[in-house]
Amino acid sequence: MADTLRPRDAKEVAAVVEWAAGEGKTLDIVGHGSKRGIGRAAQWDLTLDLSGLTGVTLYEPEELVLSARAGTPVSEIEALIDSKAQALAFELMDYGPVFGAGSSKGTLGGVLAANGSGPRRIRSGAARDHFLGVSAVSGRGETFKSGGRVVKNVTGYDLCKVLAGSWGTLAAMTDVTVKVLPRAETEQTLLAFGLDDRTAVRAMAAALGSPADVSGAAHVPARAAPHIAGTATAGRSVTALRLEGVAPSIAPRRATLEALLKPHGELIAVGERASRALWQAVRDVTPFEAPATGAAAPLWRISTAPSRGPEVVAQVAAQCEAAAFYDWGGGLVWMQVTGRADAGARFVRRATAAAGGHATLFRADVALRASVEVFEPQARGLAALTARVKEGFDPNGILGPGRMYAGV
Amino acid sequence: MAGEAAPVNAEVRVRMVMSRAELCRYNDVVSREYDMSVRMPEPDAPVLARRDQIVRALRRIVPGEGVIASELAMRPYESDGLTAYRQLPMVVVLPETTRQVSRVLRYCHDQGIRVVPRGAGTSLSGGALPLVDGVLLGMAKFNRILETDFDNRVAVVQPGVTNLAITKAVEHRGFYYAPDPSSQIACTIGGNVAENSGGVHCLKYGMTTNNVLGVEMVLITGEVVRFGGKHLDSDGYDLLGLVTGSEGLLGVVTEVTVRILQKPETARAVLVGFPTSEDAGACVAKIIGAGIIPGGMEMMDAPAIHATEEFVHAGYPLDVEALLIVELDGPPAEVDHLLERVSEIARSCRAAVVRASTSEDERLAFWAGRKAAFPAVGRISPDYYCMDGTIPRAKLPHVLARMREMSQTYGLRCANVFHAGDGNLHPLILYDANKPGELDRAEAFGADILRLCVEVGGVLTGEHGVGVEKRDLMPAMFNETDLAHQERVKCAFDAKGLLNPGKVFPTLHRCAELGRMHVRAGQLPFPDIPRF
Repeated sequence: MADTLRPRDAKEVAAVVEWAAGEGKTLDIVGHGSKRGIGRAAQWDLTLDLSGLTGVTLYEPEELVLSARAGTPVSEIEALIDSKAQALAFELMDYGPVFGAGSSKGTLGGVLAANGSGPRRIRSGAARDHFLGVSAVSGRGETFKSGGRVVKNVTGYDLCKVLAGSWGTLAAMTDVTVKVLPRAETEQTLLAFGLDDRTAVRAMAAALGSPADVSGAAHVPARAAPHIAGTATAGRSVTALRLEGVAPSIAPRRATLEALLKPHGELIAVGERASRALWQAVRDVTPFEAPATGAAAPLWRISTAPSRGPEVVAQVAAQCEAAAFYDWGGGLVWMQVTGRADAGARFVRRATAAAGGHATLFRADVALRASVEVFEPQARGLAALTARVKEGFDPNGILGPGRMYAGV
Repeated sequence: MAGEAAPVNAEVRVRMVMSRAELCRYNDVVSREYDMSVRMPEPDAPVLARRDQIVRALRRIVPGEGVIASELAMRPYESDGLTAYRQLPMVVVLPETTRQVSRVLRYCHDQGIRVVPRGAGTSLSGGALPLVDGVLLGMAKFNRILETDFDNRVAVVQPGVTNLAITKAVEHRGFYYAPDPSSQIACTIGGNVAENSGGVHCLKYGMTTNNVLGVEMVLITGEVVRFGGKHLDSDGYDLLGLVTGSEGLLGVVTEVTVRILQKPETARAVLVGFPTSEDAGACVAKIIGAGIIPGGMEMMDAPAIHATEEFVHAGYPLDVEALLIVELDGPPAEVDHLLERVSEIARSCRAAVVRASTSEDERLAFWAGRKAAFPAVGRISPDYYCMDGTIPRAKLPHVLARMREMSQTYGLRCANVFHAGDGNLHPLILYDANKPGELDRAEAFGADILRLCVEVGGVLTGEHGVGVEKRDLMPAMFNETDLAHQERVKCAFDAKGLLNPGKVFPTLHRCAELGRMHVRAGQLPFPDIPRF
């Protein structure tokens, strides 16, 4: 286990990074470590633990804005803004179930560095879309800021975007500002049963393309369905469509969907409590949660065009023992592959490339992550550009080198 | 000179042919002549000396009428929506294919020639201002909608397609493209990507960056890269997010994939008048605090109300200090419910007038005044200068009060229109360019307003971009280290600094200089940092 440094403020973070840059020491930036299992199996000299940088420094509900130190627990932020009937609209997953660890949504900085999102991604965007401003220490040991604390801003390059999803390889974020939004007053979910994958994706496309303003669209095949809370499905697949908003708006939207989906058989509506439980299960990928004992099977997270999701699954399943379910109307495929030394990477990559999109080996043991690329391999031009962007922020390559790509 | 970026150290005299009133309006201005100056990169004399040879080489890449070299024919390209600044380019090139764009850029890269990309030229910050020694790369011929994919709710279009044309191409199925800058009839989606354009509805539906899923882009080396596609999120670094709003400094977009949304079933608006701007500001905060995100929420102050009412007779109350238009969209039951709640909140905020639209005609009448605000102000003043800053909304009364003080100090009137939901302020400074010194005072007043925006926690530009207009104000918001981190991104994409130099950054640095790192080896300072 590498030595861990746990600075208490932004100044100490800058001191550590500057020192490490001078000494050529590599740093693994962590918050709560909830996503440590994600990424290539690289090794770093030291761990830079930012969980000591905590505290909400600004929260103005009427301005829809919140600033916090990067190590602030997301659970703490969610509790605070929930008290004002607000939420982080991008709907963060709890990484605990998938990684067989205690419940953890991690730190705000970690969530942004991973560009997290959940089922509401299709309507409200990912962390990147809510990331307004940052102060960070680049691999040069220099503190810089970008963005601001207002929701509408085009002043200079949007460095928040490139930091979102950079997995700690460009800069150590110390202070961040995000947009918060009112949480829905209430919600309902409509369920259809027994649809095959392709039919389900077509039904979800019709729903998402209607004025019903659907904020969640998932399809869980029969095999995985028993693991989704609140759906007693008796061996059938379940397709779920969520409606959120003020109470008077739900019924007419539900009627719109019911008319639209009539050809797909009987629909059942579930109320607020069951709906919440269901979407939490989809969000936290409970069909593929780690078993209580023994090793968890490798898990892929594939983002593709929604209409192409079923063919990606079918192509991989034709070659491997694979189980999958769909979120984002078919555009997000969670797929567990068993019995293949490479986690089916060859087939997953081929199917994803054909459909367009990218696949991440979201969960795998260290040995597998050492032999199989975790993030989608990049074409040469894009890889070179990625390396140049990295060099601009971190010329000595001290921030999490190799976590995303070799040499980056 | 090739391979080295020149510092912005030369004073290029740019001739100003029309008044600065044209910043926000496009016609109907008495032509006047002034001289004003803006510092642009020093012209590259060897490049200018080779102009004929360069034109011939470009003609071999883009045949026919795609290369324009005569002064008369280049005249329409000498400025964009910021007509205060004008400069004829060295040559205009209008490619038609990605391959041509790639070959033109590679040629310019090899030859060390600067390139300024241009969409429809509606930028209000001078983003497409040509360079005397630069190729002006016009993307207008890329005007095809390549695909409308309703199953995946995306449209794939060429960059020269106008913003509104995307909506026109998908509206037969009830869809639309959400960002709606006021120039949407004319502005192109390629320009929207470059500027990260906003509009009236961005509080609820986001800016361009939240609605673009993918681009094909040509780098200055001629290399063609793709970021994103029909899927969500980036595989590696979010380079799509980085190039959106990069003002044409990172690459030339040749294809765009955008998200399209189903049109809300209905929309209604409520018109609210307040005795003070404080009351109006408090009302906006209460609406949002109540969990309501309106589709649009616009505010006007007394001078703007009077100017528009005299112009379009929208029926605005004239005895109020601030007017708010709040629009709700969605299913009728939801809209009616929320409109009632908004009206209640407004009444609780001392509103003097609360009028909900009862018909589509009435809703449009409410908007008619707001939409005519710029030309209306143009009627009461020979010239005006339109600013674009964003502030934390709670600071509005303070900012308005300070602006009233500045107005007295500078002896110039100021009218305000305001995207109230997201804090984006558009002050219109009224002046008469015929009066000696008024233009200078208007510009100084404008710069003071933007500095004030930053001072209260806001930013220099909410949606118009930095361009040349706000370039030299960037240090009010960013220190040298902040800017250097942005400039190194530029270096990753364009190491020679050939794409649109002189925009966004107040000083041009060489990439080698920016890349240099001064490391200090030795003991870890702060030896008491907890270690485990």
